[in-house]
Amino acid sequence: MTAVITVDDVSKQYRLYHERNQSLKAALMRRARVRYEEFWALRDVSFEVPEGATFALIGENGSGKSTLLKCMAHILRPEKGKIETRGKISALLELGAGFHPELTGRENIFLNGSILGLSKKQLTQRFDEIVDFAGLEHFIDTPVKNYSSGMYVRLGFSVAINVDPDILLIDEVLAVGDAEFQRKCMEKFDDFRESGKTVVIVSHALEGIRNLADTAAWLEHGIVRRIGVASDVIDEYLTDSHVDRAADGEHGTRWGSGEGRLEKVELLDVSEQQVKRVCTGDSVVLRYHYKADENIPKPVFGLAIYTLDGVRVTGPSTRDVGLVPDQIDAGAEGFVDLRIDRLLLLPGTYDISVSLHNNAGTHVWDMRHRVLRFDVEFGEPREEYGFTSLGGTWEGDLLDGAR
Amino acid sequence: MTRLAEYADARELTVNLTLRELRSRYKRSALGWTWSLLNPLSTVIVFSIVFAFFLKIKPPVGNPSGLHNFAMFLLCGLLPFNFLSNGMNASLDALLANSNLIRKVYFPREVLVVSTIASLLVTLLVELAVLCVLLMLLGNMVLPWIPVLLGIVAIQTVFVLGIGLMLSVLNVYFRDVKHFIGIALQALFYSAPIVYPLSFVEDAATRTSFPVLRVYTLNPLVRFVDAYRAVLYDLRFPALSDVLYISGWAVAMLALGLFVFHRLDRRLAEEV
Repeated sequence: MTAVITVDDVSKQYRLYHERNQSLKAALMRRARVRYEEFWALRDVSFEVPEGATFALIGENGSGKSTLLKCMAHILRPEKGKIETRGKISALLELGAGFHPELTGRENIFLNGSILGLSKKQLTQRFDEIVDFAGLEHFIDTPVKNYSSGMYVRLGFSVAINVDPDILLIDEVLAVGDAEFQRKCMEKFDDFRESGKTVVIVSHALEGIRNLADTAAWLEHGIVRRIGVASDVIDEYLTDSHVDRAADGEHGTRWGSGEGRLEKVELLDVSEQQVKRVCTGDSVVLRYHYKADENIPKPVFGLAIYTLDGVRVTGPSTRDVGLVPDQIDAGAEGFVDLRIDRLLLLPGTYDISVSLHNNAGTHVWDMRHRVLRFDVEFGEPREEYGFTSLGGTWEGDLLDGAR
Repeated sequence: MTRLAEYADARELTVNLTLRELRSRYKRSALGWTWSLLNPLSTVIVFSIVFAFFLKIKPPVGNPSGLHNFAMFLLCGLLPFNFLSNGMNASLDALLANSNLIRKVYFPREVLVVSTIASLLVTLLVELAVLCVLLMLLGNMVLPWIPVLLGIVAIQTVFVLGIGLMLSVLNVYFRDVKHFIGIALQALFYSAPIVYPLSFVEDAATRTSFPVLRVYTLNPLVRFVDAYRAVLYDLRFPALSDVLYISGWAVAMLALGLFVFHRLDRRLAEEV
């Protein structure tokens, strides 16, 4: 297969200014020693994206994936190496970039369309489709500053997807609008891939990527760590990042006075084995290993589960159920379990934060933010939307016939 | 070759961005486009009172037109100066004001400056059209001279575009370019025969051994004003030396502008 994007030995450097003083005087005075630190966001990156591929870029925050995507879009220019692309590119980096607030939806479609490279003729042809897709028939002659943020983003997406490029670059923007709009986006996206177009996608939603992408590149500190079949690369990435996190929580933050500590936090399955990947509906145990150097009066064990976007999904604590012991004696060691008979989290990646604090919530002995990361995969109940199932059952005579 | 192909592809974008500028400029103002005429009009009134009435500056008599009118004399110099001054000021913000576009979408960045200048060119043409009507009401038959006028406008547009390209990108890296230009424009206004006739400078030159006139006429703005006035006020061809001189400046400025722009636009998406 022929390559539509060739990334050849690309390095991209940013300047971290210590004292950003954009004045002529400052520049003249420091002619010899410009005050910035060099920071390589990408180093010697080389690979090819074959025609028709859906190619994913994965990695931690700051690993250089978005920088690489912007280089592919020619928005940033690499200091070394070059990127060659064949065909028309459309980059979905921010939806509605270039909308002018005072202009109407109609005027902005034509303006934004031409920024993205469409001719007036093409735009006239696709105008109805764009408006229809965004669902904004009634508001098309209203200035976009009066749009809700959802409407704004929908119109932006609708214009961008109708550019009909050969290569589509996407940076985590598919998660826009309501469920109905997302479904339309996915359909459009599928059409796009089926017609043999190339897609490069940057995302943290690893399970989503596993379904979409065929090839993935894993970036770490600006270097390609691994490249290959998407699900293999994702597995390896997950394994690696879990080992990292489980080791000592170095990636998360930790604070507290430290007289009592949460030494280790484990996610265990029914056979008490550590796991990092579970299914919806599984029975699991979250085990806190604690240790006290001094007497710890009225200790409370708290938990928070976050999505990668930082949404707090749930946060139970021992205080919620009134289980507050008088104290942990100095020198004591042991563990406390949170037994979850049926984990109702839906597929996705989640972070766990744990804390040991006093009953009044005024003193924190140990708080470990994002100490453990785990993945949830499809299980029972099998549901598609949101973060959690309600564990309910659908009933009714009509439905009984369909069971 | 790729750069030229890109420019060709960006023609429609340039037109659309120009329209965006024009449409949004007077959005939500009750008088709308009238403002673009009220602006020079108010300047003419103030300057006529101060310079023609208080200071008793006599405009020259148009040769061969015979026109003798301070307001018309002033406008013939003021409109091209405003084009230059507005072009410089607007270029300073052309890239910074569109930082979200530059950071998120790829297109030739020159387009932002070109469309800014193009929208001001439209304003200039509207103002010149009104001026031509006024001149004809006062008996100056400018119609046959309009092709020559448009030629001078074209040369000035190239000149302003070159300066604009340079200023737009410099201001991204050094924000005090903007403040410097503010002062420079004020000096520039009085450095050319806009409110006073060139004869004042010629008189002054006789009183000193310093080659005042030679230095004075090095300023391309002096020659631009001279050329505009020849066509509109005097109804004659501008001096060939003027035309050659301003054409040379225009080409040189455009080349310099493009050179500076391409030298500095590498890291534009990071710096805006």
